[in-house]
Amino acid sequence: MSYVVLAAVLCAGSVVAGFLGALTGLGGGVVIIPLMTLALGIDIRYAIGASLISVIATSSGAAAAYVREGFTNIRIGMFLEVATTLGAVAGAIVAGYVSTDVIAVIFGFVLFSSALQAFRATHDIAGAETSSPAAVRLRLPGHYPGDGGRQSYGVTGVAPGFGLMVVAGGLSGLLGIGSGAVKVLAMDRIMRIPFKVSTTTSNFMIGVTAAASAGIYVGRGYVVPELAMPVMLGVLGGSLIGSRVLVLTHTKILRRVFAWVIIILALEMMYNGFAGRI
Amino acid sequence: MTTPADTPPPQSDEALEILLGRLLQVGVLIAAAVVAIGGVYLLLTRGGWTPAYRTFVGAGTALRSVGGILSEAVALKPDGIVQTGLLLLIATPVLRVAFSLFGFARQRDWLYVVLTLVVLTVLTAGLAGWQP
Repeated sequence: MSYVVLAAVLCAGSVVAGFLGALTGLGGGVVIIPLMTLALGIDIRYAIGASLISVIATSSGAAAAYVREGFTNIRIGMFLEVATTLGAVAGAIVAGYVSTDVIAVIFGFVLFSSALQAFRATHDIAGAETSSPAAVRLRLPGHYPGDGGRQSYGVTGVAPGFGLMVVAGGLSGLLGIGSGAVKVLAMDRIMRIPFKVSTTTSNFMIGVTAAASAGIYVGRGYVVPELAMPVMLGVLGGSLIGSRVLVLTHTKILRRVFAWVIIILALEMMYNGFAGRI
Repeated sequence: MTTPADTPPPQSDEALEILLGRLLQVGVLIAAAVVAIGGVYLLLTRGGWTPAYRTFVGAGTALRSVGGILSEAVALKPDGIVQTGLLLLIATPVLRVAFSLFGFARQRDWLYVVLTLVVLTVLTAGLAGWQP
């Protein structure tokens, strides 16, 4: 396959990955890594490098739209970025010492659990009524634009939430994904932050988290311009289209179909990892 | 009676957030443009070449450090230009964090100034390719 053909295939696949990633909220990385490794036979280290770059692009590209809606809480974001960036640097360092088969198995497992989360009905809990003392001291509680004017919300579970964010950052650094699903889980389930605030703040944090490990990956030669170029431009384009469609259509069925696709990809990644073929 | 000085400006946080969001978007657009220009150049000069990515070799030494990447770009090498765009992309969220430092300082929120400095330090360490 000549480079022109490879770049075209990668770019087309990345547009689809970015599109589906935006619709499901799982991000483009979860599709682009299996596409590159399973379908195109590219070494997983190149795939991780290219995916990490695309994660920064989609997160930052979408941030302006989210922020304008007024849901992002920059104090929660900044506080938890301490956890995710530390985790990301640790994850990227560990990635240099772990065999690619092990990384493939962990990737499959994370992919599988993210897909299960996509099946969960989206809910809109109002958030905690009262805040824990730690959350108040950190000035984490905030408000968002609701139906009847400004809705205030409390925040709890600061320490376990912070801990899970270290894990989320670690997975992002190890696997080159945004790990938005784990971030939302920590904020929504443990810290009891309203769902809309959790998802938008998570998106805001993903780019910063990925940037923390990106430097290490560039330094290690995982980021190759020939591969990162079509992937970054494709995922960015696809996610911009996806976020438009998200506003226009009811995406429940599409989410389910995509979640099944991801489950199959996850099992295939795990199988290949165990078989030592990655 | 409350004077404007008694109540913190309720808009300041939101205004800052919107500004930061814009900054991210502009950064991504500039980075994407540089990557696209380098990409076209790459396809024109090396389109027919058959790459082998099945086994890991890694990017060339010049493309692994900021200094090396910039000198490749100045020499108008296509992969140097693409890699410069990627560096701009990585720098965008870092700039966002740096800007929120000013925002928190203006609000005299010293706790968050410190937290932002911690994040910025970790980011800089990662970008410098720091390894134990």
